[in-house]
Amino acid sequence: MPELYHQTIAELSAALEAGSLSSVALTEAVIARTAAVEAKVQAFIHYDAEDALTQARASDERRAAGKALGPLEGIPLGIKDILAVEGQPLRCASKILDNFVSPYDATVIAKLRAAGAVLWGRLNMDEFAMGSSTENSAYVTTANPWDLERIPGGSSGGSAAALAAGEAIATIGTDTGGSIRQPAALCGVVGMKPTYGLVSRYGLVAFASSLDQAGPMSRTVEDAAILLQAMLGKDPLDSTSIAMPEVPDFRAELKTRKGPWKLGVPREFLAEGIDPEVKANIEAAIDWYRQQGSEIVDISLPHTHLSVPVYYIIATAEASSNLARFDGVRYGHRSAEANDALSLFTKSRGEGFGDEVKRRIILGTYVLSSGYYDAYYLRAQKVRTLIRRDFETAFEQVDAILSPTSPTPAFKRGERSDDPLAMYLSDIYTIAVNLAGLPALSLPSGLTSEGLPIGLQVIGKAFGEADLFAVAHAFEQAHDYHRQVAAI
Amino acid sequence: MTDNAHLDIDYVARLARIELNDAEKKKLGGQLVAILEHFEALKGVDVSEVEPTAHAHPVENIWREGDSAGSVYAPETLAKMAPESRDQQVVVPKVVE
Repeated sequence: MPELYHQTIAELSAALEAGSLSSVALTEAVIARTAAVEAKVQAFIHYDAEDALTQARASDERRAAGKALGPLEGIPLGIKDILAVEGQPLRCASKILDNFVSPYDATVIAKLRAAGAVLWGRLNMDEFAMGSSTENSAYVTTANPWDLERIPGGSSGGSAAALAAGEAIATIGTDTGGSIRQPAALCGVVGMKPTYGLVSRYGLVAFASSLDQAGPMSRTVEDAAILLQAMLGKDPLDSTSIAMPEVPDFRAELKTRKGPWKLGVPREFLAEGIDPEVKANIEAAIDWYRQQGSEIVDISLPHTHLSVPVYYIIATAEASSNLARFDGVRYGHRSAEANDALSLFTKSRGEGFGDEVKRRIILGTYVLSSGYYDAYYLRAQKVRTLIRRDFETAFEQVDAILSPTSPTPAFKRGERSDDPLAMYLSDIYTIAVNLAGLPALSLPSGLTSEGLPIGLQVIGKAFGEADLFAVAHAFEQAHDYHRQVAAI
Repeated sequence: MTDNAHLDIDYVARLARIELNDAEKKKLGGQLVAILEHFEALKGVDVSEVEPTAHAHPVENIWREGDSAGSVYAPETLAKMAPESRDQQVVVPKVVE
């Protein structure tokens, strides 16, 4: 049996229910593990052990009173530093929010609280979720637990690294262009981005509102299913949230939906630019599905090679608008040098934002500016339609799509930090999914010869989460990749 | 798409209300030109008959009753968040001469 801090929600909730484990004991184990490895991993921006233990004691008291709230009762969950948790710091890894404390809970957080979870710490990320390596944090540099010289992926790099290192039982991330799936792949864990609108964005600090979704990161597909069940739902506080017509019991459906499936493999995704070991690994995974009786269908997504430019126009345009609220007036950093209204804005923002955030705000401002709007922004929105249609056509033939999550395993620190374009191309397989608003999941599919995790991406139909989980669960349970643990 | 992706970094930084120093302007300017060149790939796509997508799942206007749900914030909570406040009001530099 693995150490407590490396076990799954399913295993731990069974032990809690049986009375062989308390939430306090589990939370203490996670805190002790964090104290032991955090100097190396640096997954957290902030944590408060006493606050977590107070929540754990309350959970144990509920259970003792016969009022346990479900499978998340008493489970320590790490939270990305972009979701509001009342009374805790909310910095988005940015200096501009250095002293900010959330006055309220995000809807997702309120739901996890209502499910009995212990909210544990603030996990590191790229500043305002802009990045693919978590090197854009203004606070700490998170290491990949599989190789401390390498990046954990991003932007939810702290969420992935904490999980891989045993510093949380599961974590919550957010995904605008791959920010849950890519770090999950690079750190050897499961990461799931729900259908756009399934999970409320209220209290998720906005980066690109038409793309952002919060989602679970966990050790197994079953754990991700448990978490998503608690997180989803239409929210009057987010008018883009959507009610699923009938919400399935995802965890129960894992056992009943067994395939075989019709699975699409986009020929464009296994062409050029992919690491040969990643390619061989994904081809082996595809072969496994074929051997299990699933039909593998060669499909084409002819516009997806345009995803990166479309994304970096639309996401930066939305970011330039969303981040206008950080103006040094009502909250956040205010420059001490400002002497009039204009310099209050320009100096506070110049001092408070990091390089990548400035780069994206400037780019977004440019593509929206007079004379360029039609050429860039409107055209990108039209190509977005073509990308969405590519998926609609593909899903007329198949139940799910298989691809790599990332074209390479985790790269070395600093390797791409001076080349934004190379960094943007890390997300080439994940971005199209956000543009089309579809659900997708990354799960561990093996290790490279250097011992670095590889992730298999499964893309589902809109609101097809139950099938998505089932397809991924089948592969996971037939292999033991999810049981492999980083030696740290 | 424009034929010569010309980016006046001073002008755009002013629009974005971000002060950049000279080193930042030089570095950012060069990187942005490379990124804009990458965007040129969109030029070759025929989008003449295509509607733009603003959201993956089309959303219509969402209506709700015009009743107040109250405020989650007390004035002192809001004032406490501000970098500078006085008498539960946010202090800013003089904006009107």
